Amino acid sequence: MIKRCIFLFIVTTVSFFVRANDNTYNDSTINAGLKLPKGFVAIKAANSIGQARHIAITSNGIVYVKSAKAINGKATYVLKDVDGNGNLSIVSSFDNKGGTGVAIKGGYLYTSTNNDIYRYKLNKNNEIVDTNAAEKIVEGLINRGEHNTKSIVLDNVGNIYVNIGAYSNSCQEKDRVRGSKGMSPCPILDSAGGIWMFKADKLHQTYKDGIRYATGLRNIVGLDWNQQTNSLFVMQHGRDQLFQNWPQYFDSVQGAELPAECMYELHKGSNCGWPYIYYNHLIHKKIVAPEYGGDGKIEGGKEYQEPLMVFPGHLAPNALLFYTGNQFPDKYKNGAFIAFHGSWNRAPLPQAGYMVAFVPFKNGKPLGEWEVFADGFSGKEVVTSTRGAAHRPCGLAQGPDGSLYVTDDSKGTIYKISFTGN
Amino acid sequence: MKKIVIAATLFSVACLLVVAQTKKPVQKTADSPAASIERGRGVYQRECLSCHQADGGGVPHMNPPLAGSTDVVGVDKKKIIGIVLHGMTDRIPLDDEYYSNNMASHANLTNQQIADVLSFVRNSFGNKADVVTLAEVAAVRVGKKK
Repeated sequence: MIKRCIFLFIVTTVSFFVRANDNTYNDSTINAGLKLPKGFVAIKAANSIGQARHIAITSNGIVYVKSAKAINGKATYVLKDVDGNGNLSIVSSFDNKGGTGVAIKGGYLYTSTNNDIYRYKLNKNNEIVDTNAAEKIVEGLINRGEHNTKSIVLDNVGNIYVNIGAYSNSCQEKDRVRGSKGMSPCPILDSAGGIWMFKADKLHQTYKDGIRYATGLRNIVGLDWNQQTNSLFVMQHGRDQLFQNWPQYFDSVQGAELPAECMYELHKGSNCGWPYIYYNHLIHKKIVAPEYGGDGKIEGGKEYQEPLMVFPGHLAPNALLFYTGNQFPDKYKNGAFIAFHGSWNRAPLPQAGYMVAFVPFKNGKPLGEWEVFADGFSGKEVVTSTRGAAHRPCGLAQGPDGSLYVTDDSKGTIYKISFTGN
Repeated sequence: MKKIVIAATLFSVACLLVVAQTKKPVQKTADSPAASIERGRGVYQRECLSCHQADGGGVPHMNPPLAGSTDVVGVDKKKIIGIVLHGMTDRIPLDDEYYSNNMASHANLTNQQIADVLSFVRNSFGNKADVVTLAEVAAVRVGKKK
């Protein structure tokens, strides 16, 4: 009773101060409604580009976007800044299969559906030679609805990496059922809950042709190849429902805040511990999952990899990008931008996320803490229901001039953020 | 300062409300539709809100909305009673959209709680439909068990 009152008091007070300090949010005419660090500007470079998921931009400025769903039979979009004013126009659209992944490497455009990976040959101007000549390079990846999107990235020696998300929240005997125990060992990890590596140039590969590069990762949507460290970095979507399914161990505040959304640097054989453990960023410890005998306090999983950076729970990191451009101030060079799609499992507390964060890096390691880079995508001071967010950041790409592009899969908006110094 | 005062006032009001809530509610006719809907609100907040959200809007592409959904307000109440009892892992479109998350079975709820919560969602978030009765839930639960 007293706890509830204190909680109400905090929520009320905080929301008052948030209101008091947030006058810039609602002005949609300035910086496309975004709140940015000093010296940065933003425009909506395009609108209604399907349900824009990931985005890739060639060295000569051709923008490729993958939509979650085919709209009028088109799920891959080609855009260009025809007039040189920043606004992107649709040059063409094709492909009737929705998906998330899009990447450019070695003269090919790679795209993914929720089952397969395709590639298209590009000509010397980075245009697709024949949109009807897609080559299927990987097929038959598991897709059972939950965590079924396939994000892709390539290294510099001819390999492509794909996330295969776990079709489960915490590998329970009965998914998402209150009190249901975890399966041990978790059978899902054979074919999902990790990153798989395939050859980028071999056609019709299936599971048997690839290797499970890293495991113990519940679901990855944001991933990038770090050119400085020459290694794969990923952002994990942490598990849901600690409070809803284990109310004997967690209250609603803990359920909203935990577990951390984690950044990992992966190498062949990495194991990050899902579903057996989760990371508590408030005390910086790996904690045994309640499905596997944990009570929110028991530590465990010494054998599992440590995260490099941790964020509050449920923010949903959907894109990761290492910034290699020269336009932004020095502190951004080689640092990581992360697009947070925004939460749902923080209810009954207000939702959070719907922003792009930045993590400064030095010599391939995070330097200091993360910060909010671009905020205000939701168009609201407080989001109480996920669908109330006007825009939801989902993809990131760097343009040839060093500008940062952010996609939104709610309204298909593409933002262009640039540094002017003014 | 003014804000702190307002916050403090709200805090006191909130406390009073919490105290008031812990007292027994004014007696309504036990099985009036209004009473069932009101009891359903509590069940919704405890069992459903985290996934289907405070406004019944669901989560785009993940957890289906209840507000305005044809299945929720439809005449075939057996379907939604079945979903609450047995959960949902099938990938079938609802109003032309797919939703990716599994829904847990809520067979642990009593028939009355299920009738109440379904009556609540059929009459909330802009929905308007007749209530779900205890007998209708009991029929689906028994029907499936044999």
